[in-house]
Amino acid sequence: MELVQMQKSLQDYTKSLFLDGVLDSQFLQLQQLQDESNPDFVSQVVTLFFQDSDRILNDLSLSLDQQVVDFKKVDPHVHQLKGSSSSIGAQRVKNACVVFRSFCEQQNVEGCHRCLQQVKKEYYLVKNRLETLFKLEQQIVASGGMIPAMELGF
Amino acid sequence: MSLFHVLGFCLKIGQLFWMLCCWFLSWFLDADKSPLDPDKTKMKNHNKMCFLWNKISTSGLKIPPSFSHHLFGSVRFGKTFWRKVLVAWVVSWVLISFWTFWCLTSQAMAKRKETLASMCDERARMLQDQFNVSMNHVQAMSILISTFHHSKFPSAIDQRTFSEYTDRTSFERPLTSGVAYAVRVLHSERQEFERQQGWTIRRMEQNPVHKDDYDTEALEPSPVQQEYAPVIFAQDTVSHVISLDMLSGKEDRENVLRARRSGKGVLTAPFPLIKTNRLGVILTFAVYKRDLPSNATPNERIEATNGYLGGVFDIETLVENLLQQLASKQTILVNVYDTTNHSQPISMYGSHVSADGLEHVSPLNFGDPFRKHEMRCRFKQKPPWPVQSMVTSFGILVIALLVAHIFHATLSRIRRAEEDCHKMELLKKKAEAADVAKSQFLATVSHEIRTPMNGVLGMLHMLMDTELDVTQQDYVRTAQASGKALVSLINEVLDQAKIESGKVELEEVRFDLRGILDDVLSLFSGKSQEKGLELAVYISDRVPEMLIGDPGRFRQILTNLMGNSIKFTEKGHIFVTVHLVEELLDSSDVETSSSSSTENTLSGLPVADRKRSWQNFKAFSSNGHRSLALAPSEINLVVSVEDTGVGIPVEAQSRIFTPFMQVGPSISRTHGGTGIGLSISKCLVGLMKGEIGFSSTPKVGSTFTFTVVFANGMHSTERKSELHNNNQPEFEGMNAVLVDHRPARAQVSWYHFQRLGIRVEVVTSVDQALRFMKTYATTVNMILIEQEVWNKEADVFVKDPLVHSPKLFLLANSIDTSVSDTLSNVIDPPVLIVKPLRASMLAATLQRGLGIGKRETPQRKGPPALILRNLLLGRKILIVDDNNVNLRVAAGALKKYGADVVCAESGVKAVSLLKPPHEFDACFMDIQMPEMDGFEATRRIRGMEEEMNNGEALTVEEGKRSRWHLPVLAMTADVIQATQEECLKCGMDGYVSKPFEAEQLYREVSRFFNSPSDTES
Repeated sequence: MELVQMQKSLQDYTKSLFLDGVLDSQFLQLQQLQDESNPDFVSQVVTLFFQDSDRILNDLSLSLDQQVVDFKKVDPHVHQLKGSSSSIGAQRVKNACVVFRSFCEQQNVEGCHRCLQQVKKEYYLVKNRLETLFKLEQQIVASGGMIPAMELGF
Repeated sequence: MSLFHVLGFCLKIGQLFWMLCCWFLSWFLDADKSPLDPDKTKMKNHNKMCFLWNKISTSGLKIPPSFSHHLFGSVRFGKTFWRKVLVAWVVSWVLISFWTFWCLTSQAMAKRKETLASMCDERARMLQDQFNVSMNHVQAMSILISTFHHSKFPSAIDQRTFSEYTDRTSFERPLTSGVAYAVRVLHSERQEFERQQGWTIRRMEQNPVHKDDYDTEALEPSPVQQEYAPVIFAQDTVSHVISLDMLSGKEDRENVLRARRSGKGVLTAPFPLIKTNRLGVILTFAVYKRDLPSNATPNERIEATNGYLGGVFDIETLVENLLQQLASKQTILVNVYDTTNHSQPISMYGSHVSADGLEHVSPLNFGDPFRKHEMRCRFKQKPPWPVQSMVTSFGILVIALLVAHIFHATLSRIRRAEEDCHKMELLKKKAEAADVAKSQFLATVSHEIRTPMNGVLGMLHMLMDTELDVTQQDYVRTAQASGKALVSLINEVLDQAKIESGKVELEEVRFDLRGILDDVLSLFSGKSQEKGLELAVYISDRVPEMLIGDPGRFRQILTNLMGNSIKFTEKGHIFVTVHLVEELLDSSDVETSSSSSTENTLSGLPVADRKRSWQNFKAFSSNGHRSLALAPSEINLVVSVEDTGVGIPVEAQSRIFTPFMQVGPSISRTHGGTGIGLSISKCLVGLMKGEIGFSSTPKVGSTFTFTVVFANGMHSTERKSELHNNNQPEFEGMNAVLVDHRPARAQVSWYHFQRLGIRVEVVTSVDQALRFMKTYATTVNMILIEQEVWNKEADVFVKDPLVHSPKLFLLANSIDTSVSDTLSNVIDPPVLIVKPLRASMLAATLQRGLGIGKRETPQRKGPPALILRNLLLGRKILIVDDNNVNLRVAAGALKKYGADVVCAESGVKAVSLLKPPHEFDACFMDIQMPEMDGFEATRRIRGMEEEMNNGEALTVEEGKRSRWHLPVLAMTADVIQATQEECLKCGMDGYVSKPFEAEQLYREVSRFFNSPSDTES
C-alpha cells in the first residue's frame, strides 16, 4: 500500500515538474534512454549536469564580477549551459540562458547580472526538484518497487 | 469676319490677362502664407518683407510681388539661381517697359513742343512783318510831311489833305488805327502859333475818360512850357487829338523825346488809348528840318527836329486779325507781352489763363531797340493721354510677365517633379527596407515556429511509439501530418524569403536524374493511384545518366509542378518528360504535327499545346540557342509536366508566378496551398540558368515547361550501359511484348523496361501480339498488357495457349474493382504492375513475378525506432561535443539504437581519431566548440581524406572502394538553414537537431547506411 502511494506521489511530483515547466519532453526522452543495460543513465547524466553547471555558474559569476567584462568568455559558458540544460530538458534554465545570451550579444553588463541571478535561481530550482525526484525514486527502489513509466497524456 | 477676328483676339488677350492676374494673386498668396520654411529667421524676414511689400504695392509701385517670395521664400540652393534669374528677368522687363513708356512720352512731348514753337514763331514773324510794313509806311509819311509841310511855304498840307490822304492810304498800314502829326513849337513861338492855328495848345488829360464823354473843348490849355508839341494833323479816326500837346502826356512825351533823339521809330509801352480805351502802342517818328547823317549826335537831332509823326497801333485788334488769317487758330493760345521791364511784363494781347503746361516764347522785334516784345504761345487743350506709349509698354510688360510665368510654371513643374521623384525614391527605399524586414521577419518567425514545432512533432512521434488504440493512433497521425505540413509550409515561406533576398546558393553535386524522378514519382504515386491518374515519366536516352547540379532544388521544382498538377487533375494523366534542348530543336517540326492529334497523348485526353509553353524561351529562339553557346560539358534540359486538369483561367495566367497569388480565393479553400510554389519554382529555375513557362487551356489542361542547365556528370571513360545494368543485371537480355494501342504510353513503358535491360516489342493490339508470339514464342520472357487493353480483350488473350508460357504482367493505374474482378477469373492471374512505373518498383515486381528475386527488400515498416535500431546496430559512431551532458545524452540515445559509441570532447581529439583509414562508420559533430569548431574539424578531416584518396588512387585497384568519405553529421540546436548550408559547405553530409529526433535521425542516417543486410553481405 505504501509502495503504491509512493509510486503515486512520484508520478504526481513528476507531473508537477512538467506542469511547472521546470522540465520538458527532453527529460522524458532521457528517461526512455534508460534501460536494463544502462540502469542509472538518467541520474548519471543529471549528476554530470549538476557538476558541469556548478562549475559554469561559478565561472560566470567570476567573469561578470570583473572590472571589464569579457563577453567573449561569458558567451561560450552560457552557450554550454544552454546546451546541457536543453539536453536534460531543464526548460526554464534553457530559456533563461537564451535571454542571457541575447544580453551578452548586446554587451549589457547590467542585464547579464540580472540574467545570471535568474539562471541561478532556475538552476537551483531544477536541481532541488530533481534531487527530490531521485530521492523519491530511490525510496521506491529501496522498498522494492518499480519506477512507473511516465504518462505522456498531459 | 474681321469682327470675329477682333472678338477672338480680345478674348485671347482677356484670357492672358486673367492668367496673369491669377498668377499675381497666387504669388501674393504664396508670399503671404509663409511657405514651409524651416529657417525661422528667414521666416521673420519674409514676413517683414511681406508687410513692406504690401505697403509698397498699395502706394502704386508696380514691382512683381514675387520679389519677396523669390528673395526669401526659397531655401533650396539649387533653385535659387533660377529664381534669381526669374526675378532679374521680371525686374529688367519692368524697367524696360517703363523706359519705353518714358521714351515714347518724351518723344511725343518734344514733337508737340516743336509744333508749338514753329506755330508760335510763324505767328511772331508775321506779326513782326506786318508791323514793320506799317512802321515803314509811317516813316514814309514822316518824310512826306517834312517834304510837303515844312519844306514848302506855304505848306502843301493842311488838316483836310492830311486826313484824306491818311484815310486813303490806311490799307498800307493795316496795324495802325490812326496817324497824327504834332509840330514842335517853342514857347517863344506859342502865341504866334496859336494865332495862326486859331486854337490854343491844350494839355492832355491825365486820367483818360470814357470815349463818349471825351470832349476836346473841355480840356484846359496847356500850361507854360519850354516847348510844346501840339498835334496839327490827324487822321479822322484820331481827329480828337488835334491841338493836344503831345509833350504833356507822360507816355507821349517820353516817346517824343526819345524819337527825336534817336531819329528812329520809337514805341510807347502799351497803354489804354484815349477815347477807345483799348490797349495800344504809339509809334513815333521825328521829322527833321534837314536830312541828317546817320551818325548825327542826339543834340544835333534835337536841334533839327521839326515835329513828330505818331501812329497808333491797336495791338489787340491787330493780333486778332492776324490770327484769324492763320489756320489752327483754335489749337493755340497767343499772348503778346511788352517785356521792356522784365520783372513786370505788360500784356498787350491775350487772356490770362493759368500758365501751366507747355509754353513757347518767340521774341518780337518791332524796330525799337529800347522796347522789347515777345509772343508766348500755349496749346489750348491739355496734352492728350499718351495712349500709344502706354499700350506699347504695357504690352511689353504683359509679354515679359507671360514669359516669366511660363518660366516660373516650368520651374515649379520641374521642382514638383523632382520632389515627386525624391518622394518616390524615399518610398522605394522604404518599400525595399520593408521587403528586407519582411524577409527577415519571415525567417525569424519561421525559425521561432519551427523550434517548438520540432518539439511537437517529436512528442507526437514518441506518442505513436506508445500503445494506443486505433482512434488515438488516428488522431496522433493526423496531428503529426498537420504538423509536418505546417513545417513544410514554413520551410517554403522561408525559402521564398531567402530566394528573394538572394541568399540561396546552389549545390554542385553529382546525381542521378532518373533516380530523382523515380523518387518524386513515388512521392505522388499514392495520390495518383487514389485518383486513378496515369502518372508517367519519360527521360530521353540522350540525357546523361549522371548530372552535376543541385538535385534538391531540382526536385523541389518538380515537386511543386507535379504537386499542382496532381491537385488540379481529376482524370487523365500527368506526364513528365525530360529532353535535351537540342533534341527538341531538332524535332520541333515533327513535334507540332504529332501533338496536334489529341489521340496521341498518354491517356487519350486532349492536352494543352506543349509547344506554346516554351515559345518565349530564349534557348528555343532560333538565334538564342547559338548565342547561349553552352560549354560542351553543360547539359541544357527541358522538363515538361503535362496534365489534363482544370487548366488555368486565362485572366489568371498573367499572375501565375507572382508569390501568394492563386487563381482565386476559392482555390486555397478547395485545394489548399499558399500559392508560393510556382514563384519559388520560377526563382529556382532562374538560379539554374533556365526559364519556365506554361501553356494552359481551361478545362483541357496545363503544361508547364522549364529548362535547367546542369553539368555533365558522366566521365568520358564511363559507359552509359554499364551504369544501366549495374543495378539490375538479372534482367539483361530478356525480351518482352508490350500490348498497347497508344504510342505515347507505349513509349513510356518501353522506356522503363528498357532501362532494366529488357528488350521490348510494342504491338498495338492483342491480335498482333498473338501473331508475334507465334513466331517468337520461345524467346519472349514476358507479356505486358495495358489495363485498358486487358479490360476489353482479356478473354481472347487468356484463351490462347501461346501466352501461357511467358509471364503475364498487367500495367494498371490503380487496383480498382473491375481489374480485380477480371483478375480473379483468370486461372493464372497476371502480375499487376501499378503505375507509375519506376525502376526500383518495376524491378521488384518483375523479380517477384518471374521468381528470380533472391533477396528480400528490407522491412521498412514499423516504428522508426526499430528501423533506426536496424540501421545503427553495430555501427561504430564517434560523437564529438564539448558539452559533457550533451555528449552523454547523445551517446545514450545512439547506444539505445544499438550503436557502438565513442565520445570525443573536442574537435582536435575528433580529428586525431578520424584519420583515415577510418574505423568509424559515422561521426556526429557539434558545431560550436571552443578551440576548434565543428566546421573546422570537418574541413580537416576532409582534407586528410582527400590526401589519402589522391595517394591511394595510384595504388589501390579499381573496383575497390577507392574514395574515403566518412559521413559527418552536424549536431545543432540551430535550425536556421543558413547554418545548415554552412554545414554542407564545409563538407558535412547533413545535420541532426540536438537533442535527437528519431525521425530526423533516421532520415539522415538512412542516407548513408543501407539496411544491415548490406553490410553483412
